[in-house]
Amino acid sequence: MDPAAAKMIGAGLASIALAGAGVGIGNIFAAYISGSFRNPEQAPRVFANVILGFALAEATGLFGLVVALLLLFVL
Amino acid sequence: MHNPMEQFEIKRLIPLYLGGLDVSYTNAALWMTIAIALMAFIFVYGMRRQALVPGRLQGVAETGYEFIAKMVSDNVGEGGKKYFPFILTLFLFVLGCNALGLIPYSFTPTSHIIVTFAMAAFVFIGVTIIAFFKHGLHFFSFFAPKGVPLWLMPILVPIEVISYLIRPLTLSVRLFANMLAGHIMLKVFAGFVIMVGIFFGWLPLIFTSAFFALEVLVACLQAYVFAILTCLYLNDALHLHH
Repeated sequence: MDPAAAKMIGAGLASIALAGAGVGIGNIFAAYISGSFRNPEQAPRVFANVILGFALAEATGLFGLVVALLLLFVL
Repeated sequence: MHNPMEQFEIKRLIPLYLGGLDVSYTNAALWMTIAIALMAFIFVYGMRRQALVPGRLQGVAETGYEFIAKMVSDNVGEGGKKYFPFILTLFLFVLGCNALGLIPYSFTPTSHIIVTFAMAAFVFIGVTIIAFFKHGLHFFSFFAPKGVPLWLMPILVPIEVISYLIRPLTLSVRLFANMLAGHIMLKVFAGFVIMVGIFFGWLPLIFTSAFFALEVLVACLQAYVFAILTCLYLNDALHLHH
């Protein structure tokens, strides 16, 4: 296979990792929203953890994106 | 359409060569200097009056200070106070670099892996050295958490060691990937506005504006996450529980 074509296909495959990021972020905010409906007073207290969790979940997806960008622009 | 990767090019502004080394003052160095100067200005000039009831700029400086002070005391606990100046500087530097990159035609220093990796490696090596100075060889008990049955240890300990060693990598790549992906998206959608033409150009324009707001949020968030993860790693080093 032509290496340039293989790189494009590889980059496309690596981007599938972002689906995991979407699922993870949805999970975190679903838990936060359902928790704050049950106990609205404690919601601001846990918000910092929500933000931390969101950033960590997003990061894992972006690792896949970095592989895709590496294939497209660096290698 | 302009190449969206062009914005990450490093240009030499003042070529300087020391011995065989290229120590030119680049556009990355310029924007890092501006970030530091801006943060230093906000704090030094904001606190010049030291009023008991703060004015506007002093309020901003005090809010930033208290936010990080609370974060350090919540997450590092006892013995964390002496690391507060470092965490504050780290947070303000990352925040300054991220935020200044949003100005059109500027440069984001933290969108280069070498910048974020330098900071993350410094944090990782510093935290490990602190742990060794405080606990000596007992530090290795960190990789074998309490209450784990013995037959599980051969699987768990390598996993723990690998997830510890991968910390500088994830810390740096998280910040780098967020900044890189964000800025590439901005350039690509801005290019769409011109490509699509005048009749439908409003659609990518609205999306670019909304995405720009998201990028402002991501800039602040990534600075906060970098700082809080540094606090958590410091907590792991100072108090070896899991």
